[in-house]
Amino acid sequence: MVEKNALFEIRNFSIHYGDFLAVKNVTVNIEAHKITAIIGPSGCGKSTLLRALNRMNDLIVTAWVEGEALFHEVNIYHKDADVIELRKRVGMVFQKPNPFPNSVYENVAYGPKIRGIKKKSQLDEIVENALVRADLWKEVKDKLNESGMSLSGGQMQRLCIARSLAQEPEVLLFDEPTSALDPISTANIENLLQELQKTVTIVIVTHNMQQAARISKYTSFMYLGELVEFGDTDTIFVNPRNKLTEEYITGRFG
Amino acid sequence: MTIFDDELIAVKAKVLKLGLMVETAIRDSVNALVERDSELAKEVIKNDHLVNALDVSIDEECVRLIALRQPMARDLRLITTAMKITTDLERMGDLAVNIAERALELNEEPQLKPFENIPKMAAITQSMVKDALDAFVAGCSRLPYEVIKKDDEVDDLNVRNFNELLSLMLQDPKIIPLAVKRTYIAKYLERIADHATNIAEMIIYMCKGKMIRHTEITDES
Repeated sequence: MVEKNALFEIRNFSIHYGDFLAVKNVTVNIEAHKITAIIGPSGCGKSTLLRALNRMNDLIVTAWVEGEALFHEVNIYHKDADVIELRKRVGMVFQKPNPFPNSVYENVAYGPKIRGIKKKSQLDEIVENALVRADLWKEVKDKLNESGMSLSGGQMQRLCIARSLAQEPEVLLFDEPTSALDPISTANIENLLQELQKTVTIVIVTHNMQQAARISKYTSFMYLGELVEFGDTDTIFVNPRNKLTEEYITGRFG
Repeated sequence: MTIFDDELIAVKAKVLKLGLMVETAIRDSVNALVERDSELAKEVIKNDHLVNALDVSIDEECVRLIALRQPMARDLRLITTAMKITTDLERMGDLAVNIAERALELNEEPQLKPFENIPKMAAITQSMVKDALDAFVAGCSRLPYEVIKKDDEVDDLNVRNFNELLSLMLQDPKIIPLAVKRTYIAKYLERIADHATNIAEMIIYMCKGKMIRHTEITDES
């Protein structure tokens, strides 16, 4: 499959934890300004692969990789790669909302401040902008100084998204972003992601296959560390080529 | 086997039952005509409501499964196929009723001439319906492609039947009321064969995930 707009090009990429091979020789492209979903049973390596895209696995001492992961045609695992810069451009939102124990405003302003932006008016603008983009502004504009931890689960998750957006990332990685949320909050986040893909490339790991079907343009199915099938979400859910994919998405696995 | 598998098998069984009812209706309606058996024709007309009821029941069951099970991949293709071919079967049932109605009318009149083309068309059409349903149950094989090919034979017989009756009508305009009804019946059979073709095309979709409707594809590839 040729994607002219490939933002990430993963080539023969493997991830090891010590002796354990968690991701096996994966080759896949991530297209810009689209939502790509990664699905598969627990332990299939999908979160490991996701975390490799902004080198979060570096935090695990036993982790090491083989192959190439090109971002804008540059290998992010090159010894001279700037990991801080990479994580600014490729943000991540986790399963459990994890705002800093700080005000709503400070949660969003934290990144820009670290980057050296000090001017109050400029920070105000960035915070408002990020909260608007995360579809949270209307709900929190009168309580910017309240603790981020005082918000509801869905609001906290959108606060975390706003915090990532304040860094003006090109890519956002989502690891099960709605599995701790109720259906309404989940629908809000799903709508938000579909809106955000116009400006940000999104990769999402989800256990919720319906969620992948609802929001993604491309779906990858992983099993035992291998990328079994990658394709248009329509094709994967209507007419998958691989028998394993079919068994998984029709709930007849194992 | 999951409970969902059982539910899918139940849907298949219902579609098959509907298919058998429609096959019977087609056979009986043509027999009522050829053997001038008006009681049989009335039977076909009387039983049509059973076809309609089963059609509705299959649709309801499919919608229920879509809502509650959110079927994917081959399950989704099976359910959408069941819904579509049910509609085709129900239409075939209506056409069998139309044949029976014409038979009732023609049976009141002296016979124009022995039937030749119509029993031939009926035999091919019935085998198409049977094969299409066998393919639905048995799964993927060459069978649906064979069904699609047979449609041409039925079309040809329909044209031949029309031309023969047309020349008779030109010779003797008094027979026009009877002859026209015969052309209707052939047309009904030709429509039934078209519905059987639709079913075969949906079975190919169910197997391969490829819509071949309104394309020139007539063979496995």
